[in-house]
Amino acid sequence: MYKILKKRELNSQVTLMELEAPLIAKKAKAGQFVIFRIDEYGERIPLTVADYDREKGSVTIIFQKVGRSTMMLGNLNEGDCILDLVGPLGIPTEIPEGAKKVAVIGGGVGCAIAYPQAKALYNAGIEVDVIAGFRNKDIVILEEEMRAVSTNYYITTDDGSYGTKGFVTNKLQELIDAGNKYDCVIAIGPVPMMKFVCAVTKPYNIKTIVSLNPIMIDGTGMCGGCRVRVGGQIKYACVDGPDFDGHEVDFDELMKRNSAYRDQEAYDREHICRLTGGVRNA
Amino acid sequence: MPNMQLNKTPAAEQEPKIRARNFKEVTSCYTDEEAKNESERCLNCKNKPCVSGCPVGVRIPEFIAKVREGCISEAYDIIKSTNGLPAVCGRVCPQESQCESKCVRGIKGEPVGIGRLERYCADYMADKAKNAEKPEPNGHKVAIIGSGPSGLSCASDLARLGYEVTVFEAFHTAGGVLMYGIPEFRLPKATVLREVDGLKELGVDIRTDMVIGKILSVDELFEQGYEAVFIGTGAGLPNFMNIPGESLVGVFSANEYLTRTNLMKAYLDEYDTPISKNSKVAVVGGGNVAMDAARSALRLGADKVYIVYRRSEEEMPARREEVHHAKEEGIDFRYLTNPTEILGDENGRVRAIKCLSMELTEPDQSGRRGVKPIEGSEHEIEVDAVIMAIGTSPNPLIRSTTPGLETNRRGCFVVDENMLTSREGVYAGGDAVTGAATVILAMGAGKTAAKAIDEYIKNK
Ligand SMILES: Cc1cc2nc3c(=O)[nH]c(=O)nc-3n(C[C@H](O)[C@H](O)[C@H](O)COP(=O)(O)OP(=O)(O)OC[C@H]3O[C@@H](n4cnc5c(N)ncnc54)[C@H](O)[C@@H]3O)c2cc1C
Ligand SMILES: Cc1cc2nc3c(=O)[nH]c(=O)nc-3n(C[C@H](O)[C@H](O)[C@H](O)COP(=O)(O)OP(=O)(O)OC[C@H]3O[C@@H](n4cnc5c(N)ncnc54)[C@H](O)[C@@H]3O)c2cc1C
Ligand code: FES
Repeated sequence: MYKILKKRELNSQVTLMELEAPLIAKKAKAGQFVIFRIDEYGERIPLTVADYDREKGSVTIIFQKVGRSTMMLGNLNEGDCILDLVGPLGIPTEIPEGAKKVAVIGGGVGCAIAYPQAKALYNAGIEVDVIAGFRNKDIVILEEEMRAVSTNYYITTDDGSYGTKGFVTNKLQELIDAGNKYDCVIAIGPVPMMKFVCAVTKPYNIKTIVSLNPIMIDGTGMCGGCRVRVGGQIKYACVDGPDFDGHEVDFDELMKRNSAYRDQEAYDREHICRLTGGVRNA
Repeated sequence: MPNMQLNKTPAAEQEPKIRARNFKEVTSCYTDEEAKNESERCLNCKNKPCVSGCPVGVRIPEFIAKVREGCISEAYDIIKSTNGLPAVCGRVCPQESQCESKCVRGIKGEPVGIGRLERYCADYMADKAKNAEKPEPNGHKVAIIGSGPSGLSCASDLARLGYEVTVFEAFHTAGGVLMYGIPEFRLPKATVLREVDGLKELGVDIRTDMVIGKILSVDELFEQGYEAVFIGTGAGLPNFMNIPGESLVGVFSANEYLTRTNLMKAYLDEYDTPISKNSKVAVVGGGNVAMDAARSALRLGADKVYIVYRRSEEEMPARREEVHHAKEEGIDFRYLTNPTEILGDENGRVRAIKCLSMELTEPDQSGRRGVKPIEGSEHEIEVDAVIMAIGTSPNPLIRSTTPGLETNRRGCFVVDENMLTSREGVYAGGDAVTGAATVILAMGAGKTAAKAIDEYIKNK
C-alpha cells in the first residue's frame, strides 16, 4: 500500500499527489515513470515521476483526470492509500552532451512531464527556455515551479486569455527567428503538438526529444502493447523510452494506436465517471 | 488383477459448446471411484519406465499404488517429495511426451492417466494438507527474483531448510506465467494462489511491484545482506514476425492479450481492464500459448477463431489435450499457412491477414521436414484481430544491469549443472536459462538451484 501524503488541485482537471514510496524515491531520475493500480479491480496506469524527495521518501505525480482510473485516483484524499506502485521505469532523460541552451516545451499536462526534465537541465547549469502552452488561462499549471527552473519562461494560450495568444510552435518559431540557438528542444504534450514542434525544428536540424505515452500494461517489456515506430523500427516505449528522437517518430501511427480502446473508455467515462463520480460499486 | 480396460478412465468435461463461452475449468477432477478405477490400470512395472520420463522423477507407480489403496494423503506426500506443484503439473504438464509416453499400457491402448491421478491427489488434499511447519531459521538470507514455478520451488525448498527467503516479483501478483499466461479454464487461479499462500506460511516474504534491475540491482541485493540470489525471471519478451501491418490496432502479442485476460481479469465485469471485443480472430503459432490465446478469444465472445500455423499438425508443440479441446470448441486450424502481411482499414485497424500456403519439404539429414511456400498461394483471411504467439525470449533487464553475468546468443543465462551462473552466489533457472519451456522443467531447475545454494552457503 502506498499512502497519499499530499494532494493539491492544480486546476479543475489536473491534480498533484505526493505518494509515500521510499524505494522508488531513492532511485527515480528525471524522465522516468511509475505505474499505479488503485485497487484489485484497477487498471495499470503509467504516470511520470514529476518530482521526488529522497530524504522524505516520496514521489510526486501530476495527472489529468481523463478517464476512469485517473478520476478514481483524483477522488482519493491525503491519508488514503493505493494498492500498487511500481517503478521507476523507463530510461532517465539524458542530458544532451555539450548542450548549452535548451528549449523545453510543455503542452497542457505535458508540463508535468516536462518539469523534472527542465529542472534536471537547469540544475546541470544549462540555459533553459521554457515554453508552456495551454488552451486557456483557467488550466495553466506549474507556472511558478517552471519559472524557478528556467532562464526564460514563456506562456502561450490558444485563446489569448493569458500570456501570448497562439500555439507553442508559434513561440518556438519566433524565438528561433530572433536568433536563439538551441542545441536541443524537448517537447512533451499531446501527440499533435509534439508532431508540429518536430516539424518546426526539422529544417534547422535541431535535435528534438519527445516523450511518448502509448498504452502500457507491465512497463517492463513483456507485453509489446507500448510499441512505437522510431526510425522505421519497432521500439518498446516502456523500456527503450519513453524519450525518443522526435524526428524519427511515427506520430500518426501512435495516435491510431492510442485510440485502441476509445469506445470502451468513452463508455466508461459516461457511465462510471459521470453517473457515479468515479466511485466503485456505487 | 489389474484393470485391463484399454482406454483411460474418462474425466468429466464441460460440453464444448458451453465451455467455449465461459472461463470455468474445462476438465473436472476424477471422483474417488474414477481415480481408483484408473489407478488399477497401472501394472506397477519393475523397471518403472514412466519415472524415467518425468523430469523430476516423481515415484509414479508408488503413488498410484497408494491411490489404489485409498491412502491419498500418502500418495500426495510421495508426489510432493519430488514435485512441489502437483496441482499445477497434473493439469499442465505435457504428459504425452513425458511420463505417459513411456507407459507400457500405451503400447496397446491408452497409457495410464498419470496426470489426472496426480491432479486428483493434489485436489483431494487441497483443503486437507497440513499447514507446513515453519522451520527454525538458520540465519541466512536468500533473494529470489521472479515468482514463476522456478522461483516458487526454489523459495519453497530453501524456506524448508530454514533460510530467510525474499521473493521479488515485478508484477502486482505472484505466480509468473501460471497467473498471467495460462488461463483460468485450464489452471484455476485459486490453485496457484494456494501454492503461493503455502510459501507465505513457510515464512517466505513475497514482495510484488519490485522490478529488479530498476528498483534494486542484483549487486544491491548482496549489499542488503542476501548471501545468494536465484534468477527465475522467465522468458517474457514477446516476439513479433516483423511483417508489415504489425502496428495496426488489433494486433496483440499473446502476452498482452493473455495478461489482460488472466492477470487483469478483463473477462470479469468488475475489473476495469479493457480488452478489444473482436468477432474474427487469427492466432499465429502452434504452441500452448497459441491454444490459450485462441480459446480465450472464443470465450471473450469471438464468433470465429483461427489458428494459423506454418507447419503441419504433427509438428505442433502444444499439449495434445489442448489441441483436442480447441478443436472440439470449434477453433479453425489452418495448418501449413504462413502470414506475410496484416492488412488494415482506413482507421488503422486490422481487417485481414494475408497468408501463403506452405508445403512440407523432404526430410533433411537430421530427419526434420522443413516447409516452403507454394507459389501463387497467397490468400486473405478476414479478421479483426491478430494475436502473435510465435515465441518469447528472456528480458534483458537483469542481464544489462548486472555486470559479469554471462548470457548466450539468445539472451539466456549460462549456467552449470548446479544452475550457477558466471557470478559467484548468483544462480538462475527456468525459462530464463532454457528459453520458453515447461512448468516442470522450471520447477526442477528451482529445486536444483535450492540444493546448490544450500551447499554454497553452508560451505562458505
Ligand atoms: C510513460 C507515460 C507517462 C505518462 N505520464 C503522465 C503524467 O505524468 N500525467 C498524466 O496526466 N498522464 C500521463 N500519462 C498518460 C496517462 O497514463 C493516461 O492519461 C491514462 O492512462 C489515462 O487512464 P484513464 O483510465 O484515466 O483514462 P482512459 O479511460 O484509459 O482514457 C481516457 C482518454 O485518454 C486516452 N488515453 C488512454 N491512454 C492514454 C495514454 N497512455 N496517453 C494518452 N492518452 C491516453 C484515451 O484514448 C481516452 O480518450 C503518461 C503515459 C505514459 C505512457
Ligand atoms: C500462455 C502460456 C501457456 C503455457 N502452457 C504450458 C503448459 O500447458 N504446460 C507447461 O508445462 N508449460 C506451459 N507454459 C510454459 C511455462 O508456463 C513456463 O515454462 C514456466 O512458467 C516458466 O517458469 P519460470 O519460473 O522460468 O518463469 P515465469 O513463469 O515466466 O515467471 C517469471 C516471473 O519473473 C518475473 N520477472 C521477470 N523479470 C523480473 C524482474 N526484473 N524483477 C522481478 N521479477 C521479474 C515475471 O513477472 C514472472 O512473474 C506456458 C506458457 C505460456 C506463456
Ligand atoms: S508496457 Fe508492456 S512492453 Fe511496454
